[in-house]
Amino acid sequence: MKLLTHNLLSSHVRGVGPRGLPLRLQATEVRINNVEFNPDFVARMIPKVEWEVLLEAADHLRLIEVPKGPIQGYEQDETFLRKMHHVLLEVEVLEGTLQCPESGRMFPISRGIPNMLLSSEETET
Amino acid sequence: MALPGPLNRYLLLMAQEHLEFRLPEIKSLLSLFGGHFTSSQETYGKSPFWVLNIPSEDIARNLMKRTVCAKSIFELWGHGKSPEELYSSLKNYPVEKMVPFLHSDSTYKIKIHTFNKTLTQEEKVKRIDALEFLPFEGKVNLKKPQHIFSILEDYGLDPNCIPENPHNIYFGRWIADGQRELIESYSVKKRHFIGNTSMDAGLSFIMANHGKVKENDIVFDPFVGTGGLLVAAAHFGAYVYGTDIDYNTVHGLGKASRKNQKWRGPDENIRANLRQYGLEKYYLDVLVSDASKPSWRKGAYFDAIITDPPYGIRESTRRTGSQKEVPKGIEKCPESHVPVSLSYHLSDMFFDLLNFAAETLVVGGRLVYWLPVYTPEYTEEMVPWHPCLKLISNCEQKLSSHTSRRLITMEKVKTFENRDQYSHLLSDQFLPYQGHNSFREKYFSGVTKRIAKEEKSSQE
Repeated sequence: MKLLTHNLLSSHVRGVGPRGLPLRLQATEVRINNVEFNPDFVARMIPKVEWEVLLEAADHLRLIEVPKGPIQGYEQDETFLRKMHHVLLEVEVLEGTLQCPESGRMFPISRGIPNMLLSSEETET
Repeated sequence: MALPGPLNRYLLLMAQEHLEFRLPEIKSLLSLFGGHFTSSQETYGKSPFWVLNIPSEDIARNLMKRTVCAKSIFELWGHGKSPEELYSSLKNYPVEKMVPFLHSDSTYKIKIHTFNKTLTQEEKVKRIDALEFLPFEGKVNLKKPQHIFSILEDYGLDPNCIPENPHNIYFGRWIADGQRELIESYSVKKRHFIGNTSMDAGLSFIMANHGKVKENDIVFDPFVGTGGLLVAAAHFGAYVYGTDIDYNTVHGLGKASRKNQKWRGPDENIRANLRQYGLEKYYLDVLVSDASKPSWRKGAYFDAIITDPPYGIRESTRRTGSQKEVPKGIEKCPESHVPVSLSYHLSDMFFDLLNFAAETLVVGGRLVYWLPVYTPEYTEEMVPWHPCLKLISNCEQKLSSHTSRRLITMEKVKTFENRDQYSHLLSDQFLPYQGHNSFREKYFSGVTKRIAKEEKSSQE
């Protein structure tokens, strides 16, 4: 699971509503991949990023050099975009868990794939 | 708006398959590249010859870099219902537009294609020679000409009724071919990871085109299966997400779909499919998730949602159920490994899909999905709708004598306000479709009627 993905996920346990994120990330196995840098794509993603969620996840993974927020003129700033590219797309959690901040419910990540299934009792009506 | 003039007319030579899907594909692609679909022909119907106006050659070339429905495009210089009409049409074509391609330093060749008729070599040469009046000054080069011109003769569509003279004759400068070779190079037969219902390569590219997928988009498939639709989107430069309720499929485990193969190998998963085509950099993530209970945060961030939901025939329609419920009369999914699986009524599934798309698509983003219908009861009213989504196209593909599926394309035109606002509004609207909830029974109608009869008599 990449951190861009983590940024877009939320718990849907019954009753949590908007408090379903950030999902608390714990990783037992992380891999760093080399993904081809595409500045246009990264620039497009910047407005979609929830920074608090990203910073908390990056912190749990003990990542360094993570920008604290978008900077002026980021679309042309290659250094900034490369750092964001690395954080959002190159760091992959292979084994770990995501935890709903409100209900405590755990969602496992195995082989890089999160399992978000909930039974019908657990989900919102 | 200026009237379409004799300038900037092009001839598209279309492939003769997926007939209904062709026009929406071309329209979607033209709008993607800043063109607008305008034509001087009233209707194309089943014909492979489409004359249309395109603002520039650049747009025409961009169109051809994406289409799998069109074989080739020509800059149209002349057209007639007889050789005489063709020649007079050619004489009316502005010479200054011809000259750049005919000057003495250039090389060219003239080809002739006849459709639904075979001509002898002699007949072909005669027709090419008849064009001597054109101001060709360059040298003929049959091997590697700079410019290729084509005569195309249309003898209709009925192989049992071939006319003496063609219905139409066209002459034009060849510009580019379409992407039909992708159908072979991405064939499911050669793909590492397939499932029982993997989408045919041609249709997956058509779906990506109907969805106006472009570079740097994020495309999502909520019923991803083995990822065929993501492969097509990634080929066009989009970054891709997929979810599926089936743990084994998402992880690439379990029984293989190939004949002669029992279990899936380690290289069989969605990521491996993308890697096979050099598209791994477009892989974002896949998740095990129930599309009726999505785990995405509130917001609009998908550029396109392209999917083939299960119809309940070869893959079951499922959603996660309750530990406590043992519902009577509801199908239990026999191969369920998920705690419990309720059957997912098709009408509910489409309701959820449209609502989800209305919320998470960016404005202008498209939803492209297959809708299974029982043909004797189908009417246009039963195509699901949503106040935020505009219907763009609805194309039928027959599955059997009484069933078909329709490729529905919708575009988000309005911001999504509130999740609950739409639920009671829409549930009535989906009533017409509910007849198709028993799509599975209707598909197998002969078999189930007999079984129902037997069950009834055994109960009495």
